Amino acid sequence: MTPSNSNLRPDLAAIAAHVAPGSRVLDIGCGDGALMAELESVSGCDARGMELDGALVERCVSRGLSVVQGDANLDLANYPDKAFDYAILSQTLQTATRPDLILDELLRVGRRAFVSFPNFAHWRTRAVLMFGGRMPVTRALPVSWYETQNIHHVTVEDFRDLARMKGAKVERAWFFANEKQIGAPAANWRAEFAVFELSR
Amino acid sequence: MNAAPSISPVYAIPHPLPLDSGQVLADAQIAYETYGTLAADKSNAVLVCHALTGDQYLASPHPITGKPGWWERMVGPGKPIDTNRHFVICANVIGSCMGSSGPASLAPDGQPYAMRFPVITIRDMVRGLVALLDGLGIERLHAVVGGSMGGMQALSLAANWPERAARVLVIASTARHSAQNIAFHEVGRQAIMADPAWAGGDYYASDAKPDNGLAVARMAAHITYLSEAGLTEKFGRRLQDREAKGFGFDAEFQVESYLRYQGSGFTRRFDANSYLYITRAMDYYDIAEEFSDVPGGGKLADAFRGTQARFCIVSFDTDWLYPTAESRHVVHALNAAGAKVSFVELSAPHGHDSFLLEHDQLDRVVKGFVE
Repeated sequence: MTPSNSNLRPDLAAIAAHVAPGSRVLDIGCGDGALMAELESVSGCDARGMELDGALVERCVSRGLSVVQGDANLDLANYPDKAFDYAILSQTLQTATRPDLILDELLRVGRRAFVSFPNFAHWRTRAVLMFGGRMPVTRALPVSWYETQNIHHVTVEDFRDLARMKGAKVERAWFFANEKQIGAPAANWRAEFAVFELSR
Repeated sequence: MNAAPSISPVYAIPHPLPLDSGQVLADAQIAYETYGTLAADKSNAVLVCHALTGDQYLASPHPITGKPGWWERMVGPGKPIDTNRHFVICANVIGSCMGSSGPASLAPDGQPYAMRFPVITIRDMVRGLVALLDGLGIERLHAVVGGSMGGMQALSLAANWPERAARVLVIASTARHSAQNIAFHEVGRQAIMADPAWAGGDYYASDAKPDNGLAVARMAAHITYLSEAGLTEKFGRRLQDREAKGFGFDAEFQVESYLRYQGSGFTRRFDANSYLYITRAMDYYDIAEEFSDVPGGGKLADAFRGTQARFCIVSFDTDWLYPTAESRHVVHALNAAGAKVSFVELSAPHGHDSFLLEHDQLDRVVKGFVE
């Protein structure tokens, strides 16, 4: 389904549209707080954020959001079990030191988790690697290998495997290409971005 | 100096103030200043808590030094803490010397308390502030704000009187005094008590005041408020009013001259015994311990369980007095307690004192949070 809010990035809009109103939400890697603001104002959620970049945290706090400057690799440990209805990790999994451990933490602090990431198996990425023989620099992955924060590239199928290995159930999944939602068939080829909703 | 007859309004606390020591302070007074107008429903009050050597002259000139209020850049019409919207209160803490009850105040026998003044804690200071709020008829603050020791009071208020403040802003502060913090304070106290003019604290009637000791205490403390890089940038190894080393012990380096100036200026406006009492209160401060049966024990999160207040914690990357790790410790506890908390470490070159200095990011954070 296409979410109503058009200002949000498509993966965030998909998440916003599927968070139950009034929920307690932790947005890890919340950036400038766009999703949090949407969840608080539209869905009446109690949203908290975590962000590594101090300048972004300052923007969040100055717009009245509750955001902690912190590192998802270290600072999630202090939240109690199931403190949130949803833990959200958007476009951050592939930057984590240990994505598998972060996934454990998400499913510990949240009853459900939303995870979005760029799909490294998108056909354009494959083509650049296959025919160009270079690490792909594409619309979805715009930064060169030597300066990208993406240290753990992941594909839709890799993520499904990880979720299975962690005993997490995929509740729903959404896939995007060209800023639009696409169907699930052959998503590992066709999707630039994926969003998964998990539970355990 | 003597017990300053305050030019500020003074609130006489109408009941004996119970203290953490088990003693009781009778006839306690709180001198305070206010800025802005209290709304009819009393919902717009912001309490700003001052630091160790601060006072109630938050946004108005200091009566002794004539200098502008200590946070005028932050508080005033159109400023981040906007007195067009908020009724801002700043009170001199108990134990201090600008009109609130302290060791320089007169005891019931008509003589200054001096060292007979009961030893107080940060929580006792907050008891005094809460009594003032009661007197002003303010049940719930829009926000309590403080830097350094002011932040300790804000946290103490949030932990002990959780219903009294909707927002809690803590800047460059901590939930406990560390061994290093205590150590620096002890240097200051020993400097004062080693001054023959201190005379066991009974110097109020004497011409000789322990100014030398108090100045050394201030000099040692002042170093902890600055960063090494800041000192290097400001003074380096430059000499003061001379071309070459004098092979003597005058203040030859600029940094020496600066510290001596800071020390002597401080003695004009501060009471040495107050310095002893307030530093002692800070050293006793450990909020987790207050919520535990075990001395030195306790989980900080237990102090904030069930709180409905929103918190904002700010640290500075060059502050080595109350470093970011201490703020993170508070944030982790607040997270564990399920509190709504924001935290940001700001970059500033000036160490602990950065919270008092020009800082656009701090302004935006304070404005966004307090609004």
